[in-house]
Amino acid sequence: MTVTENPRRYKYVGTRPVRHDGLDKVTGKARFAADLDMTGQLRGAFVRSPHAHARIVSIDTSRAEAMPGVKAVVTGDDFADLDPTHPEFDMAVNLMARGEALYNGHVVAAVAAVTASQAAAAAAAVEVEYEPLPAVLTIDEAIAVSAPIANPTNRTLFSGDTEPSNLASVNEFGRGDVEAGFEAADIILEREFRTVAVHQGYIEPHACVADCGQDGKATIWASSQGHFAVRSKTAAALGWSTDRIKVIPAEIGGGFGGKTTIYLEPVAVLLSQKAARPVKIVMSREEVLRATGPAPATKITAKIGATNDGEITTLQSTMYFDNGSTKGFSALTGAMSVASYKLPNLQLHAIGTVSNTARSAAYRAPSAPQAAFAVETLIDELAQRLNMDPIDIRLQNAVVEGDATAMGAPHPKIGFVETLEAIKNSEHYNSPVPEGAGRGVGTGFWFNIGEQSSATVNLNEDGTATVITGSPDIGGSRASMALMAAEELGLAVDRITPIIADTESVGFTDITEGSRATFATGMAVVNACRELIGQLKQRAATIKNVDVEQVEWVDGAAVIEGQDPLTIPEITAMAKNTGGPLTATASLNAAGAGPSFAVHVADVVVDEETGETTILRYTAAQDAGTAIHPSYVEGQIQGGSVQGIGWALNEEYIYDSDGVMENASFLDYRMPVASDLPMIDAIIVEVPNPSHPYGVRGVGETGIVPPIPTLANAIAAATGVRMTSLPMSPPRLLAAISGNAGS
Amino acid sequence: MRYAAPTTVDEALELLRSDPDSRVFAGATDLIPQIRAGRPEPALLIDLKRIERLVAVSHNNGTWTVGAATPTAALTADTEFSATFPGLSEASGLIGSDQIQNRSSWGGNLCNASPAADSVPALIVNDATAVIAGNSGERTASVADVVTGPGQTSLSDGEFIIEFLVNDPPANSSDAYLRLIPRTEMDIAVVGAAVQLTMDGDTVASARVALGAVAPTFVRVPDAEAALVGSSLNNGTLDDGTLDAVAAAASAACNPIDDKRGTIQYRRQVAGVLAKRAAQTAAQRAQGAS
Amino acid sequence: MPRTHVNCTVNGDEVDFLSADDTSLLNALRDELGLIGAKEGCGTGDCGACTILVDGRVNCACLMFAPEAEGTSITTVEGIAQGDHLHPLQQTFLEGAALQCGVCTPGFLVSAKALLDENSNPTETEIRFALAGNLCRCTGYDKIIRAVQEAAVQVNGASK
Repeated sequence: MTVTENPRRYKYVGTRPVRHDGLDKVTGKARFAADLDMTGQLRGAFVRSPHAHARIVSIDTSRAEAMPGVKAVVTGDDFADLDPTHPEFDMAVNLMARGEALYNGHVVAAVAAVTASQAAAAAAAVEVEYEPLPAVLTIDEAIAVSAPIANPTNRTLFSGDTEPSNLASVNEFGRGDVEAGFEAADIILEREFRTVAVHQGYIEPHACVADCGQDGKATIWASSQGHFAVRSKTAAALGWSTDRIKVIPAEIGGGFGGKTTIYLEPVAVLLSQKAARPVKIVMSREEVLRATGPAPATKITAKIGATNDGEITTLQSTMYFDNGSTKGFSALTGAMSVASYKLPNLQLHAIGTVSNTARSAAYRAPSAPQAAFAVETLIDELAQRLNMDPIDIRLQNAVVEGDATAMGAPHPKIGFVETLEAIKNSEHYNSPVPEGAGRGVGTGFWFNIGEQSSATVNLNEDGTATVITGSPDIGGSRASMALMAAEELGLAVDRITPIIADTESVGFTDITEGSRATFATGMAVVNACRELIGQLKQRAATIKNVDVEQVEWVDGAAVIEGQDPLTIPEITAMAKNTGGPLTATASLNAAGAGPSFAVHVADVVVDEETGETTILRYTAAQDAGTAIHPSYVEGQIQGGSVQGIGWALNEEYIYDSDGVMENASFLDYRMPVASDLPMIDAIIVEVPNPSHPYGVRGVGETGIVPPIPTLANAIAAATGVRMTSLPMSPPRLLAAISGNAGS
Repeated sequence: MRYAAPTTVDEALELLRSDPDSRVFAGATDLIPQIRAGRPEPALLIDLKRIERLVAVSHNNGTWTVGAATPTAALTADTEFSATFPGLSEASGLIGSDQIQNRSSWGGNLCNASPAADSVPALIVNDATAVIAGNSGERTASVADVVTGPGQTSLSDGEFIIEFLVNDPPANSSDAYLRLIPRTEMDIAVVGAAVQLTMDGDTVASARVALGAVAPTFVRVPDAEAALVGSSLNNGTLDDGTLDAVAAAASAACNPIDDKRGTIQYRRQVAGVLAKRAAQTAAQRAQGAS
Repeated sequence: MPRTHVNCTVNGDEVDFLSADDTSLLNALRDELGLIGAKEGCGTGDCGACTILVDGRVNCACLMFAPEAEGTSITTVEGIAQGDHLHPLQQTFLEGAALQCGVCTPGFLVSAKALLDENSNPTETEIRFALAGNLCRCTGYDKIIRAVQEAAVQVNGASK
């Protein structure tokens, strides 16, 4: 079933085997969290605030507790009070309101009952008295003089301030002298850009089952991007030690960053503890949209200067990112993503705000798409004004190894130039722009992260292998782990079974985020395999009665000069007599994550009477370092592209004046459907990351960064109108074309 | 909630009488999401799809009789029907995905009484009639008179629509329906425009224009119809003056709202665009029709 | 709470179950019959993750009351393979990497099967519109469309 495609320097890495969990997923057998049921299980339901901001005067649960089937009710009083400096403080505030409800949809109580409908009825019967408070719904409202305080627990990060504030974080960094940079410029462009909140849009709503025993220990089955994080966050919210909690990962139905935090598990555990029965909680789609992780709304002003021959002399930008109800790092990562060009003079002012809207969560290259919208639009406009090719102006200013990142550290070996050239040389970019269409280019960058991972590799008695990691498989990472193990051990991929183990069966592993699973967990797998090869050589030496120095490991076998090679099955068959089972474990805190750059090009037509945009053709190139499983690399590029396309064209949180989300359904939160799109041609560029044994760069995130400016620039080419706010939906685009709205 | 599936009209009427808190449904594609959102919470759900007349389609003596619960997928798959009423077929086929198409029906689309219902402007320009069952027997009403406001119909308690009657159009007639949605599928119309017209040679002899999603109810546009009558089709196109007049009349007929799906300004502007484009298509089709 | 006794055929087997009258067919399939392949992504017919065939036609199981299944023949993703032979679509989805998280996959497979049952040689546009009622957030649809195209080739090859 392996579809082999030019294996080049590796035998297995770079091939396209069928993923190991694929069969279960095409036959309906795979179990996601909502598919799990435990004996005696109850169903949980939430009571959510109908106000954007309100003081909780009282909560009366007596009527709910008396209702049929109700077994437990919890409120904020049941949860640990964390110190505001605790890293999980804001997660806990979001989990269950205490004192104040901070946004429409904030949980204020939860119930467990025998059936889901009984739980829903009981939730409706919990009586909460609210005193509505003034709400802050936008960045402008948050930063207004004498604005009401959106969240009284918020203190500006790292400020040392002791007073509440609507500022979540304030960072300023840069280099050189921006004013001198503007003086050196022949052309200066400045615009203000605005984007609204958008959702990750995973198709699987959040779900979990928790079973707390009379011994005070809990087992949680959860869909998450990291079950060790579910454990630590649940422990923090409950004030428990981690040994009381075991988390078993279910299959995860999409996360994109949105399942790096938790919303359900501590509540389910407490309900289960009170009821002494397992409790399952499954969010509705409306709950997902109202109360889980949108990406921040933004207001970004950016000013750029360049010489007439296309050299960018300076960039200055002030970026506001709305974190929603609690503080976060969104503004900082947005500013840090401005790292694609040699900018001798740079000044970035990144301000995170707090508002009475849903707490934002990470979303694929968090905050980079909004920043790229601003920067890449201005660079496109520079090229247009200077009559330069939009790729050439980027090539002229592109960062290479050693150039400074936003915060000043030098870039490691990177492939931005190679990725730009891949598009410049592509058939798409060299084809004529179709009649009536506009062509746009945009680029994106994400730095990627390493973090902690563990892996265990067991050789079975017949020479097959089990690779055990703690990284949930969101999009094919089991296959990537198996491919790297296959390459190391010289064992066919279908003789390797990759497993994602629970929190008690594998070493600690951080969340699958920052495009780190194939990079960092993959390195742990490689290290474990190398340890295992050492053992295999030792066993071969024992069997053949030679010194281990005389044994070499070649293509899955121990080779000793003058003797027949010993294969893995031959060695494992004799394991009992040579020292017992062969197993190896490795863990690490991975350094050297390689940044990934992407360059996209799109051809669009705009119906200038209706404002509808149709994408005729779309090509996305991205540096993967080395593609372990090219199909899933392409899949990440294509999926990220389409999320970005949705963000650009139609996705938006629409709040009414009371802070109620008006479009909390997949009908009116308009994610792209198949008929909206052309094929997304993916070009994998491979500039290997020297810090990874196979050269891997994380590929998950960067793909969502370029589409917004790519489409904005294509629309500008097609219509002459520069869109500076999102989404570029038909009504907004028509208004801009007709000159009916400021844009 | 109780569920009942009567097999005759009389049985359904009796069930409706038996519980004032009952609700008839066909595909339930609007009803189930509404129930999930907590409005309404009927005590008795009456499924009309097991009544033969409600899902029967026939064509006799120049009249199409279409059961009110007939899945729209059955209509779009009917080649004779679709050739006779291409616009009405298109409008019916635009109600949701393929999954929805196997459940959605004219009766449900009309009685849900959303001014954005796709099939209704096309039924109105084809002068369709609804046959309504009630306790005092059957009555008929023009489809144009059924919806009286968002979520409101002229049906009395205890009444439901059995079937629709649509007469074959005169020779040299055709229709067209266009709608604007932000995506290409799965959305509710931001604006919908239906045009039906009859040609006499190159000249438009008669025309009907109706709009959806631009006012609390569906809107006929007599000024656009007047602009079309007497205009002529040259090389497949109506002249710019006529099209501009149709667009202007359609825009003027709108009484829209700003909401999450579109703005007043946008709806007005696009109603004109779609009306003129639908008129153009209908005229081309009518000239090609025998 | 009134419960109705429902008799129907599911994946070729005659089955019966008891269901509250306002329960969705999706919940009945999952909770009463243990068929967890169809998923609830939205509960409003907007994502297609619960797509099943009812008498051969695609439906969102979340948009049907369970008693409506009386007398019908239902196919879920669990029923599209022929014994130990995967349906060509299941095979091309696997080989073409047309799934990432896999939660939308059952619905896509059922919708695509309905398309190929009716039209074994669809154009790309026909495939895209036939699958427009199914949301996928991981793949950008590209590999799904290609997998359906490839399955169509196989289906046509088999029928020749």
